[in-house]
Amino acid sequence: MAAGGPFREALKRMTAADPAVAGPLQYLEAQVRWRRIEIAFWLATLLPFVVTPAYLQLASQIAITALFALSLDLILGYAGIVSLGHAAYFGVGAYTAGLLSKHFWGEPLSGLAAAALLSGLVGYATSHIIVRFRHLALIMLTLGLGLLLHEAANSAHFLTGGADGLQGVRIRPLLETFRFDLYGRAAYAYSLAVLFLVFLVARRLIHSPFGLALRAIRENAMRMPAIGAPSRAHLRKIYTISAVMAGIAGALLTHTTSTVSLEVLSFQRSADVLVILILGGAGRLYGGILGAIIYMVARDQFSGINPQYWYFWIGLLLIAVVMFLPNGILGGLAKITARWRGRRP
Amino acid sequence: MLASLAGVLFDGFAYGMLLFLLSVGLSVTLGMMNFVNLAHCSFAMIGGYVTLTLTNSLGWPFLASLPAAFLAAAAASVVLERTLYRRLYRASDLDQCLFTIGVVFVSVAVAAWIYGTIQQSISTPPYLRGSVQFMGISFAVYRLFLVAFALVITVVLVALLEYTRFGAQVRAAVDNPRMARGLGIDVDRAFMVTFALGGGLAGLGGALAIEVVGLDPGFAFTYLVYVLIVVAVGGLGSIGGSFLAAAVLGISDMAGKYYFPWLGAFLIYLVMVGLLMWRPAGLFGKR
Repeated sequence: MAAGGPFREALKRMTAADPAVAGPLQYLEAQVRWRRIEIAFWLATLLPFVVTPAYLQLASQIAITALFALSLDLILGYAGIVSLGHAAYFGVGAYTAGLLSKHFWGEPLSGLAAAALLSGLVGYATSHIIVRFRHLALIMLTLGLGLLLHEAANSAHFLTGGADGLQGVRIRPLLETFRFDLYGRAAYAYSLAVLFLVFLVARRLIHSPFGLALRAIRENAMRMPAIGAPSRAHLRKIYTISAVMAGIAGALLTHTTSTVSLEVLSFQRSADVLVILILGGAGRLYGGILGAIIYMVARDQFSGINPQYWYFWIGLLLIAVVMFLPNGILGGLAKITARWRGRRP
Repeated sequence: MLASLAGVLFDGFAYGMLLFLLSVGLSVTLGMMNFVNLAHCSFAMIGGYVTLTLTNSLGWPFLASLPAAFLAAAAASVVLERTLYRRLYRASDLDQCLFTIGVVFVSVAVAAWIYGTIQQSISTPPYLRGSVQFMGISFAVYRLFLVAFALVITVVLVALLEYTRFGAQVRAAVDNPRMARGLGIDVDRAFMVTFALGGGLAGLGGALAIEVVGLDPGFAFTYLVYVLIVVAVGGLGSIGGSFLAAAVLGISDMAGKYYFPWLGAFLIYLVMVGLLMWRPAGLFGKR
């Protein structure tokens, strides 16, 4: 691999976005500012409360999926760690929240913290394995670890209920006031608030020197250690953070649906979240969120058709995205706006 | 006890040979062309459904349908390679992964649309049914046939790639495509033929698998994991490695199901993760 090429290219690409910025730090500062469209987007997330109150349950599912996709984006989009088994951490979070409410107490916020902690621990433990591998071995290892955990949960019937799912999950009302009911008001408010808070953390991370280092590792994994950056430590850190976020998403699912099934650990879930992220645009903060909105709404609308045929369209979509939209919908949009802006003056 | 152990060993080995047939094509294409083709088992599924249609609906003899399965899967893989895959040879691992997963989704849906989601079975000819007794152990004839078939394929493949002009061209094209082109080797054609060979062998594996594991549209996903394990553990591009990995996997899977049924597939995944951590390039991998 020609050293230097990709890294310099990436920096050039990043700084070329705005000719006024001189170096990476200025670039980061320019990125940190909130743009108007971002503020408008987050205000729009409140619309379902008034416009589509019948769909709040779906909206909360979208928020949870978006959070999960965001967690994958941190490692895949920014650090370049391809994972086919990210559902492992989602599942750890979901089961932690479920088991806690079944055996000890059902207060959601402490359950969320416990899920975050445990999935973070699992993430930290596995990160030591993950960062040592790349390419096919990495893909196979993430797949293998995911399947391993799925089988373990399936076998540990006494703990998880196996294929029947975890029975007897009881969640207390949020802050002892808001009950998680069929209408999903509390569920959506809760998921959205958590999504927003985690998003703020992710946004801060990505726009820090640490985030820039991650992108540099993604662009050229050999160069970073050569210039003295502890690239494996960086990767371990972001992998653990990503696992924490995935665990939080899993716990949210348990809290808002009061059930945990084996499906939270399945390969299907890992593959779905990958599709969602790629569709929206990996390596972009809003990619996972946009992908989750489109995917979940489409699945809800087409839920009448046979799931077999749903996956036919998902397959075609994947093929089309890889061939024609390599950076997802957001990447395509960014290209169009850049071209439009370039032509205007 | 000893007899049952030998029985499990034999059944596991036969099952491993099935996995070998399914995965050897992927080992060759992935190892040689560096293309992560997760849709490999879709080619196997094509072979399976061709054999199913020919024998069950059109009344072909089982053995005559096997070459047809090979040819159909090879043809399908060439069409896919020429039209789509070749554009992705230089793409990232992730893009290749996603693209071929998309192909799997589509193929599963199409198979379900044509054949329905129920599990299909096949009626093998009488001379492949039943079992023979040897030293107190009974060997299923079909499994003996599988083992013999896989051994023949291994010998033919090794001979083809190691001792023929074509094999030398393919290896040259893989080791150094520019140099091979400079020497007048048609690298594109070598890759195409290799890909067809890989797809065809998968089709053959799919056709032979129906009798043992049945066939339903989920096949392309269910066996993908096994095939990937064989390839990753055996080492890319290594036929001997695939053979050994498939045998170990088949035997340990069968033994696990027989002696530790509560563990399910846990043991297999544990072995795979452990082996990959120990040797990321596989047991016989060069890279």
